[in-house]
Amino acid sequence: MPDREVAPRQFVRFTRLQRILHICMIVSFISLALTGLTLKFSYTKWAAVLSHLFGGFESAGYIHRSAAVVMFGVFFTHLVDLYKLKRREHTSWRSLVLGPGSMVPNRRDLTELIGTLKWFVGLGPRPAYGRWTYWEKFDYFAVFWGIAIIGSTGLTLWFPVFFTRFIPGSFLNVATIIHSDEALLATGFIFTVHFFNTHLRPEKFPMDITVFTGRMPLEELKRDKPREYEALVASGKLEEQMEEAYPPIVTRTIRAFAWVALALGFSIVLWIIYAMLFAYR
Amino acid sequence: MAGTRMAGTKNVRWKGKRGAARAVVLALLAIAVSLLFPQRPVRAADQPGAECLACHGDKSMTTSHAGKTISLFVDEKKFANSVHASFGCTGCHADLEGKDFPHPTPARVNCGTCHTAEQDLYARSLHGKASARGDPLAPRCVNCHGNHDIVPVKDPRSALAPLKVPFVCGQCHREGTPVSLNRPIAQDNILENYSESIHGEALLKKGLSVAPTCATCHTAHSILPHTDPASSINRRNIAATCTKCHSQIEAVHRKIIRGELWEKQANVLPACPDCHQPHKIRNVFYELGMANADCMRCHADEKLRRARDGKSMYVNLDEVNHSRHSLEGSQKVACSQCHSEVNASHVRPCETITHGVDCTSCHDEIGKLYATSIHGQLTGKNDPNAPTCKDCHGTHGVLGKQDAQSATFATNVPGLCARCHREGQKAAVRYTGRQHEIIANYTESIHGTLLKNGLTVTATCTSCHTAHHILPRSDPQSSVSAANVPATCGRCHHGIEEQFENSIHSRRVSGSAQELPLCNDCHTAHAIRRTDEDSFRLDIMGKCGRCHQEIAKTYFDTYHGKVSRLGYTKAAKCYDCHGAHDVLRVTDPRSHLSRANVAATCQKCHAGATRRFAGYLTHATHHDPKKYPFVFYTFWGMTTLLLGTFVVSGLHTLLWLPRAFQMRSELRAAEAEAAAALETPPANKKEGRDA
Repeated sequence: MPDREVAPRQFVRFTRLQRILHICMIVSFISLALTGLTLKFSYTKWAAVLSHLFGGFESAGYIHRSAAVVMFGVFFTHLVDLYKLKRREHTSWRSLVLGPGSMVPNRRDLTELIGTLKWFVGLGPRPAYGRWTYWEKFDYFAVFWGIAIIGSTGLTLWFPVFFTRFIPGSFLNVATIIHSDEALLATGFIFTVHFFNTHLRPEKFPMDITVFTGRMPLEELKRDKPREYEALVASGKLEEQMEEAYPPIVTRTIRAFAWVALALGFSIVLWIIYAMLFAYR
Repeated sequence: MAGTRMAGTKNVRWKGKRGAARAVVLALLAIAVSLLFPQRPVRAADQPGAECLACHGDKSMTTSHAGKTISLFVDEKKFANSVHASFGCTGCHADLEGKDFPHPTPARVNCGTCHTAEQDLYARSLHGKASARGDPLAPRCVNCHGNHDIVPVKDPRSALAPLKVPFVCGQCHREGTPVSLNRPIAQDNILENYSESIHGEALLKKGLSVAPTCATCHTAHSILPHTDPASSINRRNIAATCTKCHSQIEAVHRKIIRGELWEKQANVLPACPDCHQPHKIRNVFYELGMANADCMRCHADEKLRRARDGKSMYVNLDEVNHSRHSLEGSQKVACSQCHSEVNASHVRPCETITHGVDCTSCHDEIGKLYATSIHGQLTGKNDPNAPTCKDCHGTHGVLGKQDAQSATFATNVPGLCARCHREGQKAAVRYTGRQHEIIANYTESIHGTLLKNGLTVTATCTSCHTAHHILPRSDPQSSVSAANVPATCGRCHHGIEEQFENSIHSRRVSGSAQELPLCNDCHTAHAIRRTDEDSFRLDIMGKCGRCHQEIAKTYFDTYHGKVSRLGYTKAAKCYDCHGAHDVLRVTDPRSHLSRANVAATCQKCHAGATRRFAGYLTHATHHDPKKYPFVFYTFWGMTTLLLGTFVVSGLHTLLWLPRAFQMRSELRAAEAEAAAALETPPANKKEGRDA
């Protein structure tokens, strides 16, 4: 986006809490990925170097578990936030789940997916996406899935003595595999598919900082979420959701942070590819 | 008979004509008397030689020879009691048989006629040879045995009864006699010394007739100088001579006189008189044999050099007196005990030495060990690099291994061996095995560190390799051979050896023909570290993995292995679960991993671990569907999920790309348009913003 003379008003897409949660999640996710993959790919030279950087395996373990606590914190804070949202804006859970701002996939998402695929191959126009596209909903629920799977197995491995009071010891082996492979899926997905869908798409290249600033230019809203825009205009609530953009110093800082996250993510992907293809055992 | 000359050198005469007449009168008188007393004539007539005694029974019957008067009296009584009485006079004086009075001068009695064996011995002896030479001082039979009064030597009345022998010999061999003055006899004060010696004291003062007399050592008839190989007192024979009485004397001589070495290899051993000087033998330990003072006359000179090569021959007696070979500051071992073959009768007693010092003459057992060791084998091959006793122990100043000043004291041993075995030194350069930097490694090892801290009971080189029986590892006799390593380490680490010998790694238990691990396979030979050191804990996995390849691989597939590989020392290593020295099959009830014990084993790290916790598969691998189906199918399930997700989302992204590029170019175009519009109508801008 070209700079403007005065800070323009922008559409607020994310609340402050959501932005903070995303930043926390980035930090915790990358920490978890780096420390966890160090263990998963312990046979690579990189693992030894990283382990050393973390101050040895033991402190890497502490970092991993601390980051996991942060991740759980993010997750539960979000659940609480959802509950508050329901109390504030919805009469029932049903309304929250089925309402227009819901993250839950619905029939329209299916039609949009089909429409998108048609658009990809030139068989139709670009669908008029609403507030949440189907791939964004996928990303969202992937986190739920990930938290559930990785979190539960992670806890089992964290407290094996406690959990083996209920499950056989060999389930720890199974838990290890699920934990590590699901984590591999998560990191692989986030650092490739999510990165591409959100940041690296040619029209957004190199990154989309909406999730950090919480704001997006109105043109972008019109272009990427036309249905939401239409609905806002129709309901006359658009102006309520416009706020001044952040000054450049803030966006520059955000970009720097995002660059670091991106770079780490790509490095991790490269490391995974190297470990899986060239050093696998 | 008067005035007649006898054959030979001596003149025997009657005491003149008057004496002869008297003799005749006496003879007649005797006949008269015999007629008067019937018994006597009968006896005289019956007894052989009665006729002779008619004259020779007269005490005054003499002859003269070379100006000396010699009695020709024969004591009838004594003769009658002698062993030879029954032979009569002519039994010995055979040449007078049938000769009428006055008979010619009889020839010298030849005892050898009957005593042939003795005669032969005598003829070969020093005395016999001298006699044959015509030496006037040479003793003949009669000089020792007497003539007409000979009784058996066993008879206390014999001139050669044990108690009298020293006096018989002393006739010639005491101080001041012509023999002692004129003949070269090395020993002085022989009789005096003898009489004060334990032998002399026993014989002469205590009357112990079995105590040795002169003849016991020198023999009666074949007396020879000690230089004669046939002599009973020759170096080679002296031991046999002394052991005639002192049998089993070896037992009290430390370990010196093992077997027949004393007799067979006399040159390497001190002979009895080296310590127990002849004639002076005391019943206390001998201060010195060949008097050290004799040696030090020359060797105390600091400038003394060997003519051959200029080597200093100086001996610091003080050094000797503070050595292992001293006793409370004075020399216990005489010079000549080590430097054997000295000959005290030479002006330079050492000139007869032909061999170097042979420590094995006393240190026989050690010598035998050494000879079989690699050092000894090399010495046997005259290898110039081979270390001999003195290379480690030194020479005159030799100290015991208990002495902190000694090169063989525990704390000094590594330095001693390092002289040759340090990298680059003569032993290290010819070594072709796998052990290198052994001195440096040892110094940094737990043993070396403890030694540096002054713990003298810790292992030094010799603790494992032995001091004198050092052999290469390949030799089955070696203390560090495959078969002997556990026992060698077990000399200190006894409890561990016991555990090890009962473990599956013991050949006795496993019955395996395969190569089994030894102490050094895990602990190394020289760089032995504390087992709680990180480096040891991390290295052990590779050590076990040398044989247990598959199981070690799977260990690295699970948590313990993975974190261990990252250098985490607290995670369980092989021996934390399987046991270190007492490792057994997991099916063995005594194993740390048996059903009964496994939970307790896990509890070492995982407090509160249960039997179910122990169900964790520490060697699980997702490569083995038969052994670990859960793990295998979970892995492939997860992998399918992963690949599926990536394929779907990857395809989605790939399909998106062309459209995304299209959108990007459209966007750029729109932006350029907007920028162009920005410059013309300002109203447009405002509109755009509001929109």
